[in-house]
Amino acid sequence: MMNKKLGSERVKRGMAQMQKGGVIMDVVNAEQAKVAEAAGAVAVMALERVPSDIRAAGGVARMADPTIVEAVMKAVTIPVMAKARIGHIAEARLLEAMGVDYIDESEVLTPADDEYHLLKSEYTVPFVCGCRDLGEALRRIGEGASMLRTKGEPGTGNIVEAVRHMRKVQAQIHHVMGLKNDELMVYARDLGAPYELIKQVKELGKLPVVNFAAGGVATPADAALMMSLGADGIFVGSGIFKSEHPERFARAIVQSTTHYEDYEMIVKLSKGLGVPMKGIEMSHLHTEDRMQDRSR
Amino acid sequence: MRKKIGVLALQGAVSEHIDQIKKLGGNAIEVKIPEDLSTIHGLIIPGGESTAISRLIQEIYLYDPIREFAKNHPVFGTCAGLILCGSSITDGGKKLKSLHLIDIAVTRNGFGRQIDSFEVDLDIKNIGKNIPSVFIRAPYIASVGKDVNVLAEFDKKIVMAEQGNILVCSFHPELTNDDHVMRYFMNKISV
Repeated sequence: MMNKKLGSERVKRGMAQMQKGGVIMDVVNAEQAKVAEAAGAVAVMALERVPSDIRAAGGVARMADPTIVEAVMKAVTIPVMAKARIGHIAEARLLEAMGVDYIDESEVLTPADDEYHLLKSEYTVPFVCGCRDLGEALRRIGEGASMLRTKGEPGTGNIVEAVRHMRKVQAQIHHVMGLKNDELMVYARDLGAPYELIKQVKELGKLPVVNFAAGGVATPADAALMMSLGADGIFVGSGIFKSEHPERFARAIVQSTTHYEDYEMIVKLSKGLGVPMKGIEMSHLHTEDRMQDRSR
Repeated sequence: MRKKIGVLALQGAVSEHIDQIKKLGGNAIEVKIPEDLSTIHGLIIPGGESTAISRLIQEIYLYDPIREFAKNHPVFGTCAGLILCGSSITDGGKKLKSLHLIDIAVTRNGFGRQIDSFEVDLDIKNIGKNIPSVFIRAPYIASVGKDVNVLAEFDKKIVMAEQGNILVCSFHPELTNDDHVMRYFMNKISV
């Protein structure tokens, strides 16, 4: 008995499997992290600003100040995630050196590389990435992502894009399952996805990694909607701490994610929550402000 | 009659356990509310986040029903499940409420953060040698009461133990294709 292996694919993907059925919340300081943990969050995402504030501030959004990430790591015992800019090798290595539990290579930050993503298989720390369709999902897995999430449209409080992305991925998985083996290569070509991973999707009948919903979740009902569409769990960005009563929203969203088919319970959870975050209608969003289109 | 095993399905690695039970010919259901306990012969508390699962157990009033169930049925806790089945937590953590099913003190995140998570082949008493074991932000058992039987250690830390009906391990047998540990638990169940 020996040969201890660190950072294996199984260890990295397994960490995301342990988060299933749970809610991961964006936080910007230790106080918010404690609120999230007490409400039953399975992890927190430490960042400098939540996505809706990133939108409002404009300019270049970068990795958070390490002081914030470290303060959050100190404040809670649940896993701490943090965001690095797409393709920013140094930001990712810094976060790894700090010992964060998961890195989100995220389109919420301004991309550092508009062509290439990180080669995530080379890191000991696991990565989560966003996707809008199966091709994008499998390209990220091919680069070594251990977890996926829909991109949705972050910071809008509008669930429509997350729904679109979740449905698209699911529909394409079903399409693969209906294909004959000699048709897989051409479909892989059309999606721009690695052939081996298309084969794997057909064998498994699902993605080889966990896929959460993200980008627009603002209410307990939004969380339940995404779970019923087949999400493995939920990321909430601005939806908690931009609402009127963060504690109430956090607790209600956690419970409605677990009991997503118990509608009587979700009715009770939705009562008297106060005002959710203010949302943005998609047609009012300028093309250049769409975060989901920042990478492919 | 087929053995019917419930997997506590509040959060965590639920489907992985259900798949393994089914492969071994058992019947498996998700346990989400107290009523679900009435039809099963054994319960698994899976890996996940122990603070989140503890919170959800209390919100749905499953704390006392699980303790009652464990008096005369086998219960298996993996990772977060081990933490919940234990009787105390060494970091003093008030963040979760232990179920006191087995007389052990638990150290959470005992091997470090995610970056320190690992796989290793483990020798387990009564079960076998070189069992592939996946440790993810895993806890270890810091001390055991006199009636607890230690089944495995790694790095001089106790990582698997049993006491009567209750079986716990720090690692994740459900993430591997090796079914020795699940078989061992299913053998504890009588129908």
